[in-house]
Amino acid sequence: MSETKALESMIGEEYKYGFTTDVEYEDFPKGLNEEIIRFLSKKKKEPEWMTEFRLKAYRGWKEMEEPSWFNATYESPDFDNVQYYSSPKDRPEVESLDDIDPKIKETYDKLGIPLEEQKMLSGVAVDAVFDSVSIFTTFKEKLAEAGVIFCSISEAIQKYPELVKKYMGSVVPARDNFYAALNSAVFSDGSFCYVPKDTICPMELSTYFRINNMDSGQFERTLIICEENSHVSYLEGCTAPMYDKNQLHAAVVELVALENAEIKYSTIQNWYSGDENGKGGIFNFVTKRGICKGDNSKISWTQLETGSAVTLKYPSVILKGDNSIGEFFSVAVTGQMQQADTGTKMIHLGKNTKSTIISKGISAGRSNNSYRGEVKISKKADNARNYSQCDSMLIGQTCGAHTFPYIESSNPTGKIEHEATTSRVGEDQIFYLQQRGISEDDAISLIVNGFCKEVLKELPMEFAVEANKLLDIKLEGSVG
Amino acid sequence: MLEIKDLHVTVEGEDITILKGVNLTVNKGEIHAIMGPNGSGKSTLSKVVAGHPEYEVIQGDILYNGESILELDPDERSHLGIFLAFQYPVEVPGVTNNTLLRESYNTIAKSRGREELDPLEFDDYIQDKLELVEMSPTFLSRSVNTGFSGGEKKRNEIFQMAVLQPSLSFLDETDSGLDIDALKIVANGINQLHGKDDAVVLVTHYQRILDYIIPDFVHVMMDGKIIKSGDKSLALELEKQGYEWLENYATVNGEAK
Repeated sequence: MSETKALESMIGEEYKYGFTTDVEYEDFPKGLNEEIIRFLSKKKKEPEWMTEFRLKAYRGWKEMEEPSWFNATYESPDFDNVQYYSSPKDRPEVESLDDIDPKIKETYDKLGIPLEEQKMLSGVAVDAVFDSVSIFTTFKEKLAEAGVIFCSISEAIQKYPELVKKYMGSVVPARDNFYAALNSAVFSDGSFCYVPKDTICPMELSTYFRINNMDSGQFERTLIICEENSHVSYLEGCTAPMYDKNQLHAAVVELVALENAEIKYSTIQNWYSGDENGKGGIFNFVTKRGICKGDNSKISWTQLETGSAVTLKYPSVILKGDNSIGEFFSVAVTGQMQQADTGTKMIHLGKNTKSTIISKGISAGRSNNSYRGEVKISKKADNARNYSQCDSMLIGQTCGAHTFPYIESSNPTGKIEHEATTSRVGEDQIFYLQQRGISEDDAISLIVNGFCKEVLKELPMEFAVEANKLLDIKLEGSVG
Repeated sequence: MLEIKDLHVTVEGEDITILKGVNLTVNKGEIHAIMGPNGSGKSTLSKVVAGHPEYEVIQGDILYNGESILELDPDERSHLGIFLAFQYPVEVPGVTNNTLLRESYNTIAKSRGREELDPLEFDDYIQDKLELVEMSPTFLSRSVNTGFSGGEKKRNEIFQMAVLQPSLSFLDETDSGLDIDALKIVANGINQLHGKDDAVVLVTHYQRILDYIIPDFVHVMMDGKIIKSGDKSLALELEKQGYEWLENYATVNGEAK
C-alpha cells in the first residue's frame, strides 16, 4: 500500500531550517537561583521593582509543582541544566542592516524574513529577536509618528517604566502557573507595544523568534496594550535550527484591550519538532492571555502551529467589558512523534459577551493532537454566547486526535454551542482527486487547505503566503 | 482505444482474486454497457482501469491506444484522457467545485498541450457545461460533494466529465440512486458529450438507463469474468430472465466472449 505509506511519511519531512549560526555568545552559568536572577536583572540595568517582580516570581515558582495534566508524555526539562540568559557578544546599537552580524543576517535570509528595506515595503515592521536580545527594530520612526510604541521589552522597562509596571503581570500574574512563573523570573527579552487612544496602528507588527544557542532557554515576554478606540494587528512567527537536545521555550504574552479597542494576534509556530524518533525538538510551553478590559473591545487569536516536539498552549481571553468579543482560530499540525495539547479559554464576565472558537487539528505519523478548551460563563455575564467548532483530521493509521471541551455556565441566559467532527484523509479522497488529474502531493495539499480554510483566512495577508508555504513544507515529499 | 487482456486482479495484500481473466476491447465512438450482479467485479474493473492503488494486477494487461498503462499513476492516466465517474463520489470539504475543476482542467490541459484557462476564461467556459446537467451556478461555489444529495453527486460527476472532456469514460453506476427526472438529465448529458472520437463504458445494474443511452455492446460480468457479450437485446433479455439464467450459461460454456 504505497499510498498509505506515503501518507504516513507525510509531515515527516526533514526540518528545512535546521542550520545553526556560528556567533559568539556571552553566557551565564547554567541553573537558577536568586543570585543569577539578581545578576541578570543588573546586567539588564533594570530598576528595583523589576528585580523584585522577578524574585517574587522565582520564589513562587520554587514552591510550584511541574504540571502533568496534559495529554502528552515527555521527559521533564532539566531546569538546573538550562541556561537562562545568553546574548550575542559585543552588541552594538544597530543603526542599519549593515551593522548586524552578517551571519545572523544570512540566517534571516535563509528563513526568508524580510529584513531588507525593499521587502519591508510590504508593510511589515520587524522586531527581530535573535536568541535573547533584540537586535534590530525597524519602522520605529513611522510608528512613532503615529504615536505607537513598538520596542523590546528591555527598552520599554527603561523608557516606559510606568506602562510596564502598570500592565506587566496584570493579565498573567507572576505566579499564574509553573511556566509563567519561570518566565516572570527569568524572561530575557521580547516585544512591547503600546497603541495610544484613537489610533489605528499604521502597519502590521511582527516579531520573529529564533533559538540558536544550545541549552539556552527562551523566555520571551510580550506585552501589548491597546488604548480606547485603537486597533493593532500583531504577527509572531518562529522557527529554530536543528539541535539534538530538547530546548525549553516558555513564553508569556499579555494583551490588554481597553474600551472599543481591538487586538489581533497571529502566530505561525514552526520550532524544530525533533527527528522521526522523537529525539530533540522544542518544548513549547506558552502562556498567552488577553483581557478585554473595556466595553466593546475585541481580542482575536489566530495560530498556525506546525512545529515543536511538545506544544502546550492555550491562548485565552477574559471577556470583562460588556459586549466584548473573544476569538480563537487555530490550526495545529502534528507529524512524526510530535505532541500538541492546545486550545483556548474563554472566560465570560461581562454582559452580552461573545466568543468564537474554531480549531482544526491535523495529525499524521505517530503524533498526538489534542484540543483542550474551556468556556466559562460567570453569574453576571447575562446573555453571553459561545460558539465552538473543533475538527480533527487524521492522516494514516498511527496518529491520535482528542478533544477535551470544558463547559461551565453559572448564568441561565448563557448560550453555548459546541460542534466537533473527526475525519480521515483516505486513499479514496486522494484517488478521487488524482483521477481528476491532480498529483498526489497537490491532492493532499488541497484536502488539508480545504480543511483549514476557515482559519487560514483569518491570518493577515502578509502571513497567508507564509502559512501556505509552511503547510506545503509540511506536506511535501509525501509520495513514498 | 482500450484493450483489456486476460486481466487478473487481487486486492493488494489479500489473497482474494476479484477479476479472473477479463477481456474487453473498446473502440472510438462506441458505447459499452457492463452489467452483472453485485460482487461480479464491475466496479473493480472501472477502478483498476483508473489505477486505484488498492488493487494489484497479477496477470494480463490494459492497453490504452496501444500502450500499457499498468505502471501509470491515476493522475497520469487521467492526463491521457481516462475518466471515471465514481459510484460513490468523495466529499472534499473546504475545496469548492470551481477550484477543483479549474485545477483539474488546467493540469490536464497542460499535460495534453492544450491552453490553460485563467479564472475569467474558465468561468466563461464552464457556463454551458452547467446547463448541460441543469445545475445552477451557485453550485460552483459549494465544497466538492459536501452536503450534496445522492442525485447531485452523480450529476456533479457528469458535469466534471463535461468540463474535462475525456476520451474514455467509465461511468460506474451513475444511474443508481437517481430519480427518473435526474436520470433523464444525466443520460441526456452523456449522449450530448459522446461523439465519434470518444468512448463510454457504462457500468450498471439496470436496463433502465439503456432506454436513454443506446449501447453498441452489452457485456455481462459474473464472478470476475465477462461471460457473455451481445447487443442491446442482451440487456432486455437479462431484465426478463435475471442473472440466474446466465449462471447456468456460465457453467455450460465456460469462458464466453
